[in-house]
Amino acid sequence: MKKLSCMLALVLALATLTGGMAFATTLTVYNSYDYIDEDVLEQFTKETGIEVEYVMFTRQEEMYTQITTGGGKYDIIFPSDYILERLIKEERLQEIDYEQCPNAKENILDSMWNSDYDPGNVYSVPYMWGTMGILYNTEMVEDEITSWDSLFDSTYQRDVFMLDSMRDMMGLMLVYLGYDINSTDEAELAEVRDLLIKQKDDNIVQGYLVDEVKDKMVGGEAAMAVMWSGDAMYAMDLDEDGVLAYSVPEEGSNVWIDAMCVLSNSENYEAAMQFIDFMCRPDIAKRNYDYIHYASPIKQVVETLPEEEAENVAVNPGDEVLERCYFFHDLMDDMDIYNTYWMQIRS
Amino acid sequence: MKRSYFSAPYAVWMVVFTIFPIVFVGLYAITTRRADGNDLYTGLANIGNIFGNEGTYMKVLWRSLSLALQCTAICLLLGYPCAYFLASKDFAKHKTLYVLILLPMWMNFLLRTYASMGLLERNGVINSIVTALGFKRLELIGTQGAVLYGMVYNYLPFMILPIHTVLKKMDQRVIEAAQDLGANPVRVFYKVTLPLSIPGIISGITMVFMPSVTTFAISGLLGSGNFMLIGDVIETQFMSANNWNFGSALSLFMTVLILISIGLLNRMDKSKTGNGGGKW
Repeated sequence: MKKLSCMLALVLALATLTGGMAFATTLTVYNSYDYIDEDVLEQFTKETGIEVEYVMFTRQEEMYTQITTGGGKYDIIFPSDYILERLIKEERLQEIDYEQCPNAKENILDSMWNSDYDPGNVYSVPYMWGTMGILYNTEMVEDEITSWDSLFDSTYQRDVFMLDSMRDMMGLMLVYLGYDINSTDEAELAEVRDLLIKQKDDNIVQGYLVDEVKDKMVGGEAAMAVMWSGDAMYAMDLDEDGVLAYSVPEEGSNVWIDAMCVLSNSENYEAAMQFIDFMCRPDIAKRNYDYIHYASPIKQVVETLPEEEAENVAVNPGDEVLERCYFFHDLMDDMDIYNTYWMQIRS
Repeated sequence: MKRSYFSAPYAVWMVVFTIFPIVFVGLYAITTRRADGNDLYTGLANIGNIFGNEGTYMKVLWRSLSLALQCTAICLLLGYPCAYFLASKDFAKHKTLYVLILLPMWMNFLLRTYASMGLLERNGVINSIVTALGFKRLELIGTQGAVLYGMVYNYLPFMILPIHTVLKKMDQRVIEAAQDLGANPVRVFYKVTLPLSIPGIISGITMVFMPSVTTFAISGLLGSGNFMLIGDVIETQFMSANNWNFGSALSLFMTVLILISIGLLNRMDKSKTGNGGGKW
C-alpha cells in the first residue's frame, strides 16, 4: 500500500511538471513517410519554441480517412492534387495568409501558383512536385526516348513495365492519344483500353507493378518503365553505372504537386503559418530537397542545383516541360468506367 | 459441472472478428454508394455485375480456380510420397525432415515470395547459372508458371502435414495383416494404406485449395501483375477503385464457392471412410 501511494505521488509530481511545461504550442503535422528531413523539425522548435508532433501516413486515402472520420487532430497536412481538391470542395481547409508567410510569397516558382484546382494557392502552399514519364535504360534502347510511342514498339519484347495504377496509367494514355487527362468519355477510354490490351497481346509488357519497378530497373530487368519522377530519381540515385535516364514524353504527361495545408479545425493558425513560412525558407527547402530528391518549388533551390541535377528533368522539369503536363482532378463519382475498363485490361 | 462459459472469450472473439465482418460484407454487397455519399439498396445488382463486364471477372475466376486446382494436384503428387516416406517407421531421420518442412513457414510468406522473385528474375540466380552454362536466358518471372511455382512452394506443407499425421497414426497391424494374407506391397498400398489415409488427403486438399483460390500478392510479385487472380481483383476494388460494394460482392461470391467445394469434399470424405480417422 505504501508503495502504491509513493507511485501515485510520483505520477502526480510528473503530471504537474509536464503540465507546467505545456506553455509552448504544439503543432501536429501529418505527412507521408520519408517525406521530410526530420532534423528540420528540431530546428523549427529551436527557433520558434513551437513543439512539433510529427505523424506519418503511407497513402493519401489513409490520411483522408483519418481526418474525415476524426481519427486525430491535426494542424498541417500534406495532401496531393486530387485529395486536396476534394478537401477544398468539402471546406475542410483554412485560407493561407501570405502576409504571415513572406517566404512562401516570394520564393515559390511562378509556375507553381496556378494549379487549376486551387488557383492562386488560396488553400495550399506547394511543398514538392513532380511529373510522370518513362524511366529507361540507355544501354537497352536505341535512341533517346522522347515519346510514349516507344511503349508500343514491338521490337521490345517483354521489356516494358507499366504502372499498376488505374488512374495514372489511363490518364497518361489519354494524353498520348490527344485527349483530356481527366476525360470520362466512354469512347475515348475504350480507345485507351484497346491500346493497352494490344500492347499486352504484342508481348511488349513484362508486367504491371508499382513499388518493385524501381529496383527492377536498377537491376536491368527491363528497358523502360512508366514511373513518377520521384521514384525515377530514387532509381537513378541507386544506379551506379549511370545507365538510367528519365524523360517526360513530348505528347504531354501528368504533373502533381504535394502541398501544405491548414485544416479548418486547427486552433494553432499562427503557428501553422510560421511552420509553412519556415518550410519555404531557401535553406530549409534545400535541406528537404537534399533529403527527398523530389523537385522543389522554391526558386533559390532550383537556381543553385548542381549542374548535373539541373539538367535532370526528374528533379528540374522546367517550365517548358510543365507546359505540356496536366493535373489530375477528383473524378470520385466517375471512376466506375475507369474501373470497368481497367479490369478488362488487366484480366 | 457446467463449463460452457470457458468458451465465452472465443464467442466474443468470433462475434467481433467473424460475425460482424461477414454482416458488413453482406451489407456492402447488397448496396451501392451514391454520389451524395448515401448507400442505396440495390439487391443483387453487384452480384449480377460479377457476370458482366464482358466476362472479365468470369475469366479471372476461371483462371483462379484452374490455378488452384493445378496447385492442389501438384501439392498432392509431391506431398503424398513425402508424407509417406516421413511416416514410414524405418526412416530414422524423420524428425529432422519434419522440422525442415516446417522451417520455411516460420518466415513470413511475403519475404519468401520476394526471395523467389530474386531467383526467377531475368538477371536472377537461376538465369545467371543458365547463362553461365552457355544456354539462352529463360523467361521465368511474370509467367503463369512462376505464379504456380509460388503457390506450390507456399502451400505444400499444408498438404504434407495432415497426410503425415494420418499415416503416422495408422494402425500398423492392419498393414501387417494384409501382408500376412499375401498381398504384395502395391496391393497393400492401394487396398489398405491409401483408403485409410483419405481423411488426411481431404484435409490436405482443403487446406491447400482454399488459400490458393484466394491467393493474391504472389500473382503480383511472381506473375508481375500479368495474371490477375480473383484475390487481386478484390484487392483492387477495395484499395484503388474505391468500390467496396463490388469488392464485397466478389468476396461473398467467393465465400459461397468455397463453402460449396468444402461441402462436396466433406461429403466425399464421409461416403468413402464412414467416420474417418484423425484429421490434422
